[in-house]
Amino acid sequence: MRGTMQLDEILKDSSNHAENLIPVLQQIQAKHHYLPEEALRHVAGHFQIPLTQVFHVATFYNCFSLEPVGEHLVQVCLGTACHVRGAARVLDRLLRDLKLAAPGTTGDFQFTVQPVRCVGCCALAPVVRIDSNTHSHLTQAKVRGLLKRYQRKEAVPAAAVA
Amino acid sequence: MPKLHSVKELNARREAGLGASSPARPCLTVCAGSGCTAAGAQDVLQALRRSLQRQGMEGAIEVKSTGCHGFCEKGPLMIVWPEGIFYHHVTAGDAAAIVGSACNGRRPLDRLLYQDPVSGKRVLHEEDVPFYRLQQRVLFGNNGRIDPKSIDDYLRVNGYAALAKVLTEFPPEQVVGAVKRSGLRGRGGAGFPTGRKWEVMRQQPGAPKYIICNADEGDPGAFMDRSLLEGNPHSVIEGMIIGAYALGASEGYVYVRAEYPLAVQHLSVALAQAEEAGLLGENILGSGLTFRAHLVQGAGAFVCGEETALIASIEGRVGEPSPRPPYPAQKGLWGKPTVINNVKTWASVPVIINRGPDWYAAIGTERSKGTMVFSLVGKINNTGLVEVPMGITLRKMIYEIGGGIPQGKSLKAVQIGGPSGGCIPASMIDLPIDYEALTEAGSMMGSGGMVVMDQDTCMVDLARYFMEFLEEESCGKCFPCREGTQRLREILTRISQGLGHEEDLQLLEDLGWMVRETSLCGLGQTAPNPVLTTLRYFRDEYLSHIREKRCPAKVCKELITYHIEPALCDGCGACVRVCTSEAILGERKKLHSIDNAKCIKCGACMEVCVPKAVVVN
Repeated sequence: MRGTMQLDEILKDSSNHAENLIPVLQQIQAKHHYLPEEALRHVAGHFQIPLTQVFHVATFYNCFSLEPVGEHLVQVCLGTACHVRGAARVLDRLLRDLKLAAPGTTGDFQFTVQPVRCVGCCALAPVVRIDSNTHSHLTQAKVRGLLKRYQRKEAVPAAAVA
Repeated sequence: MPKLHSVKELNARREAGLGASSPARPCLTVCAGSGCTAAGAQDVLQALRRSLQRQGMEGAIEVKSTGCHGFCEKGPLMIVWPEGIFYHHVTAGDAAAIVGSACNGRRPLDRLLYQDPVSGKRVLHEEDVPFYRLQQRVLFGNNGRIDPKSIDDYLRVNGYAALAKVLTEFPPEQVVGAVKRSGLRGRGGAGFPTGRKWEVMRQQPGAPKYIICNADEGDPGAFMDRSLLEGNPHSVIEGMIIGAYALGASEGYVYVRAEYPLAVQHLSVALAQAEEAGLLGENILGSGLTFRAHLVQGAGAFVCGEETALIASIEGRVGEPSPRPPYPAQKGLWGKPTVINNVKTWASVPVIINRGPDWYAAIGTERSKGTMVFSLVGKINNTGLVEVPMGITLRKMIYEIGGGIPQGKSLKAVQIGGPSGGCIPASMIDLPIDYEALTEAGSMMGSGGMVVMDQDTCMVDLARYFMEFLEEESCGKCFPCREGTQRLREILTRISQGLGHEEDLQLLEDLGWMVRETSLCGLGQTAPNPVLTTLRYFRDEYLSHIREKRCPAKVCKELITYHIEPALCDGCGACVRVCTSEAILGERKKLHSIDNAKCIKCGACMEVCVPKAVVVN
C-alpha cells in the first residue's frame, strides 16, 4: 500500500502528457531501484496508454530495471578506455568473488553487478562505481578488499532485505 | 540575483562583480570535475577550508571549486591565485602546507609542482606544462577559473557579453551569417556546417520552433561534453539563447545523460540562475525575445545521440530513429522545425560573436575551422581533455601533449570517433586532424573520443569489443543494423577464439559494406567502421588468429597460456595468494609453476608479480 501512495505522489505532479512518461519512470526507478509490475500498470492507467507501450519504453532504456536490485549497485565501467586497460578482467574477478555466473544480483541481495559503458572517468581507468563512489585504477588484487568495505558485518536473511 | 531588464543593467551587474572581487585577491581554486572528485578533490576542498579557519584566514583567502582542467591523470588539481601556481596530485594532507605558503607569501611547495619528464624541471604555471602548451583552450579556458555554480563568476569572464552584443547590434540573420562565415561545423560527429543548418531552419514557416542541445554523450571513452556542462554550463546556455534569437525559437531543451549527475546538477543551477536574472523567459533583457529552456535527462540509450531518436525520446517514446528527410530543421520535435546541436557547437557560438567569425575561421585548416576538444585516453601518459586547433597532427597530440606511451611501449593505433570511428595505425601518425582527412583514412571526427593503443592491444579483440557494444545499443528498428551487428560480432568472436577461416575476412568486408550502405541511421551506417579499418590496417593480425591460432598481442584468452619463468621467480607467493582457482603450485621461497588445467587465464598473477616472472605464451 505504501508503494502505491508514493506512486500517487509522483503521478500527482505530472500531467498525462506523453513527454512525462520517461521522467515518471525515472522517478519510480530512483525511488525503488527498479520498476515493479504494479507500478507499470498504474502508470499505464495514468497516461491512458496500453501497458505494452509502457513496457516497450521500460525495456528499451538501460537505466530501467524490471528486477529488484541489491543494497549496493556495483557498476563496472566497460568503456573503451577501461577496456584497453583490462576492465573485463576486473569484472570477471568481481563476479567470481561474489559467486555470480553473470552480472546480476547476489542471493543475499547485498550487491548487484552491472556493466556500464563509460562513467566518464577515463583518465582513472579501469574504474568501478559502487553506489555514488568512484573507485579508480582497479586491479584484480584490489577487488576483494574493495567489496569488503561494502559488505554487511552480519548476514541478514535475504527476505528481510527484499 | 535581481532580474536584469536591459543590457545596461547586465553590464552594471558585471562591473559590480568585477569591483567586488579584485583579481589581486588570493584565491585557491580546486578542480572538482568528475575525475578529480573521484581522486579526492572534495576532501582537499574541506581540508583547505579547515586550515584557513584554523589560521584565521577564511576571510582573506577564498576557496573555490571549479570545473575540469582536463589534466585528469594528475588530479586532484588546484591553482593558487593571484600567482597562478599550479599544483597536482594534491591530498587533504597537503592543505595546511598550501595554506601556510599562500598566506605568508612563502615559496611554492616544490613537491606539488608538476615536473617536466624531459627536463626534470619543476613547472610553476599551468600554461607551461607540456600537456597544455600546444593547446588552444577557446571553449575550456574558463573551466579552471570560474565556479560553475555562480552566474556572477561567468559574468566576470565576459559571460553573456555575446548575447548583449547580438541583442543590441545584430539582426537575427546577421547572427546566422556570422556562424556561417566562421566555418563552424557540428561538433557532435557528422560535422555538418552549423550555419547551413541554421539557414534551413530560418527559412521554415510555422511556429513554434525549437532548439535542442544534444548532451547525450554516449561514446564509451569520451567525456568532453560532460566536462563543459560541469565546468561552464552558462557558456552553453548563452549559445542557446543566441541561437534562439537567430532562429526564432521560443523553446529549448538540453538532453543530458542521466549518468552524468554532476553535469545535470550544475546545469539545473545555471538554468535557474539565468531565469532569475531574466536571461531566460519573457522579454529577455528588454529586447522582446522570449525563450524558455528545459532540462531533459536521457534514460540510457546510445542511439539517442542520433537526432531523430533523441527527439522521439523527448516526446516520451522509445529512441528509435526515423528516416531523413524530412530533416529536423524542417519537421522535428512535435512536428515543428527544430535545430539540434552538440554542447560544444552551442558553446562555440558566443566565442564566434565575441571574437568575430574571421578570428574563428583563422584557426584550423581549409575546411575544418576552430578548435576541437578530444578526450585523450587509453595507453597514454597524459590522459585527459585536450582542446587543440583543427589540423594538428596525431604525432603532436600523442607525443607532445599526451607525453607518449607508458612504460616505453610502442604506439600501435589510435581509435578516433567512438564506436563508430575507426582505428588509425601508428604509420599514419602524421595525419592532420581534420574532418576530411580522418574520413579518408576510414575513421571519423566523431564527437572527440581518442583512444590510444599500444602493442598489448589486440585489434581483433578491439573490433569485437566495439561490435558487442553496437549490437547491444542497436535499437532494433532496421534489419541491417540489428542482424548485421550480431553476425559481425559472431564472426569476430569466432576469429578471436581461433576458430575463424580465411573466408571470414571477405565475409566481414561484404557484411560490413552491406550494413553501412543499408542501415537507417548513423549508428548502423558507421557501425562497421571499427571492423573495416582494423581489417584494412591490421589484416596480418587477423591472419595470425586464423592461420596460426595465435594472438600476437597476447590478449585473446582462448589462444594464450600463462607460465612462470623459472629464472625470474623469487618465490614470494604473491601470485599464489591472488589466484582464485588454486592453479599456482609451489611453496614460499621456492619456485612456483602454473597448472594449466586449472588456470582460468584471469591474469591476476601477472598483475601482482613484481619480478615479472609470469609471462604469456
